[in-house]
Amino acid sequence: MAAVENNEIRYLNPPTVDVRKKKYCRFKKAGIKYVDYKDPEFLKKFLNEQGKILPRRITGTSLKFQRKVAQAIKRARSLALLPYVTDLLK
Amino acid sequence: MIKQYETVFIATPVLSDTQMKEAVAKYTDLIKANGGEVVYEEDWGLKQLAYPIQHKTSGFYYLIQFKADPQFVNTLETQYHRDERIIRFLTVALDKDSIAYAEHRRQRGATKAAAPAAAEEIPAEPEVDAETEANEEE
Repeated sequence: MAAVENNEIRYLNPPTVDVRKKKYCRFKKAGIKYVDYKDPEFLKKFLNEQGKILPRRITGTSLKFQRKVAQAIKRARSLALLPYVTDLLK
Repeated sequence: MIKQYETVFIATPVLSDTQMKEAVAKYTDLIKANGGEVVYEEDWGLKQLAYPIQHKTSGFYYLIQFKADPQFVNTLETQYHRDERIIRFLTVALDKDSIAYAEHRRQRGATKAAAPAAAEEIPAEPEVDAETEANEEE
């Protein structure tokens, strides 16, 4: 009660104030309009170690470009520029 | 109607240089014979495949950008299917953004090629050597 009267709330564990960096879409920021399937090194940024496509919630890509990235990765896979399945990519 | 396309094919690594040139000539001639126009060609050389295709671990990559009638893509792809030298191919239609990108890429390639014009076979390597030597001296 005393704490409330003093108009301050005490926590057992002080709340962690972490300033999270706002994610942004790198294509919108850089003004890239076309995602090239011929550049596997660039596309690797959107893959995890098993060669799976990373979700938007991790990369921050906008929906419009996530579709384009996915399309480009799939094209690169069919040309054997990127693997379909692997371990320890990168 | 004429549209712009881009095709990449992978040829078997067993081909000799002349056989590879023959294969490329076959497809460029095919494009021209069907009223198309070759805009740009690029030889990526022998590359390692990310996974084996027909028990082969490497292949010759070749990129052709061309303008042609949409009907022609079917004939091109049937030719690819019939050709035993081609182990994989991909044909993609280019829209206005990808045409802009293709031109940008071409210019970038041209400037890169112009810089080490004296030593065509070793692009950008002499510069790296010079840098490492400088570092060693320091």
